[in-house]
Amino acid sequence: MAKTKKKLSMNGEIWYRFRKNKAAMIGLVILIFILLIVIFADLIVPYSKCIDQVGRDRLQRPSLKHFFGTDELGRDLFARVIHGSRYSLFIGVATSLMALVVGAVLGASAGYFGGVVDNIICRIIDVFICVPPILMSLAVVAALGTNLKNLIIAITISCIPGNVRLVRSVVMTVSEQDYIRAAKSYGTSNFRIILRYVLPNAMGPIIVNTTMSISDMILSAAGLSFIGMGIQPPAPEWGALLSAAQKFMFKSPYLLFFPGIFILLTSLAFNLVGDGLTDALDPKLKD
Amino acid sequence: MNPVLEVKNLSVIYKTDMETVYAVNDISFSLEKGKTLGLVGETGAGKTTTALSILGLLPERTGQITSGRIVFEDAVLNELSRRELERIRGHRISMIFQDPMTALNPVLTVGDQIAEALELHNEEHLNKWAIEKKVEETLEMVGIPKERKNEYPHQFSGGMRQRVVIAIALVCNPGLLIADEPTTALDVTIQAQILTMICDLQRKYGTSVIMITHDLGVVAETCDQVAIVYAGEIVEYGSLLDIFGGGSHHPYTEGLFGSIPSLTGHAKRLQPIEGLLPDPTDLPAGCKFSPRCKYCTQLCRQKQPPIREQNGHQIRCHYTPDSRTITADAGTARKEDLE
Repeated sequence: MAKTKKKLSMNGEIWYRFRKNKAAMIGLVILIFILLIVIFADLIVPYSKCIDQVGRDRLQRPSLKHFFGTDELGRDLFARVIHGSRYSLFIGVATSLMALVVGAVLGASAGYFGGVVDNIICRIIDVFICVPPILMSLAVVAALGTNLKNLIIAITISCIPGNVRLVRSVVMTVSEQDYIRAAKSYGTSNFRIILRYVLPNAMGPIIVNTTMSISDMILSAAGLSFIGMGIQPPAPEWGALLSAAQKFMFKSPYLLFFPGIFILLTSLAFNLVGDGLTDALDPKLKD
Repeated sequence: MNPVLEVKNLSVIYKTDMETVYAVNDISFSLEKGKTLGLVGETGAGKTTTALSILGLLPERTGQITSGRIVFEDAVLNELSRRELERIRGHRISMIFQDPMTALNPVLTVGDQIAEALELHNEEHLNKWAIEKKVEETLEMVGIPKERKNEYPHQFSGGMRQRVVIAIALVCNPGLLIADEPTTALDVTIQAQILTMICDLQRKYGTSVIMITHDLGVVAETCDQVAIVYAGEIVEYGSLLDIFGGGSHHPYTEGLFGSIPSLTGHAKRLQPIEGLLPDPTDLPAGCKFSPRCKYCTQLCRQKQPPIREQNGHQIRCHYTPDSRTITADAGTARKEDLE
């Protein structure tokens, strides 16, 4: 008898359930499309094209020569949006990952050890949580100066408290499980238990939260750039493009439209994928 | 012959801000090499707490050993540092957990989980290949085809998972195996298989076993020594024959046997022990069993009974079966409790 109905592995099963979710698949397709743009930006249009200022081409409407039109300095908006994807996505992914790592370390220690460790970490986090995230980022950027590195640090810091709390709560439930006690009975050390037993089992909600937060991160980077505290010109970040476009909002609305639609699509895609992952990773929804 | 494990006057409490739970009160027993000791009692009697305190796995912030010594081979377990305990756990003492559905890590393959204990206690400096081979041997030993080592726990049935749990416990050939209700979560046919397997492996490796259970059938099947635990105390202790044979018994033991349906006799109504375990935060002053005992007297309620011993058969009761009578006190004691 042929082994046609082989049992799916854990990942296979998750992928199967994810695939059945149409919205999530649409999100994934958009995401792959945007990733391709990021990877092949230089092949699509050379970087020089998005900083070259062509005086006679200022504020052109979209045409075959300039797909998305040009800005007030005669730079090709299509090239700027394409290359801007690199900045925006890099900021989104980098900040989310950094916040994830810091959040995982602090949250896991707090949740697993509890007691004094938990108290110290949570009280510090409470202080951070009192300040609204955008204000926190602003303060950090204002203190450190405006450039890409500081922008990433600022957004990461504003995102850490939420992550710590999330990881802590998930880790606390996982730590109660029998297999953690069983692991202790094999003589496993605490460090190894956290790495091999607690975190992998807490991963579901954490992955979902991270994919969801990438879109938030892109938006807050765009927000900071919009008020001039983010990426500095002439670098083409999507939020910075929006910020520059506001002066010509009525005369040349396409300047707002194209970067805006890309920000929207990217956050939408990440949110859809995150949503899909929530469902796919939740064993209770198995059918 | 020196015992493998000796527990002396062990007392354990769980302490929170609100209350103190007296889970284990002054328990003593010893276990010889290759023998099996059955800890029998109701849910909440303190059986699992005893097991956990042997392994040093009591909940860190609440559980606490207040007195007593646990001596394993040459080490006093309750005086070791965490690091020293980690070296013993899984290597020389291991534990089989009650519920195989939750005792395995869902994100690691069963092969990896069996290898875990080997990698942690790798004193023979086995290389990766040798560990893999040992894992395969262990799987075959518990009756799982070795091809399945790369599968995850959710791909196994309950009985198969319990085999995996047993494989993990036995992979380092421990001197002492603590089986905490290893068959409670399984159906009867699988129960028999698992018990036979534990006994076979025990004979093969000379492992000592502490069998925690509330199933007297399991005890009769597997144990050499039996301790009946009630409210954190051993009320009766003896060989399998002492407990299951005629002779004299603690009223609680009699009650336990009265609650089992008989296969041979006529169908009678079962005689359960009335009432519940006493509240472990507020134990009765005298004999812990007095509120439920039909022979209870004034003396029982005021004074902790001594241990009476006869040829190693210990009973913790003021009276012998000849000297006690059914009293009216018992009923009033229960009523007072309710009020």
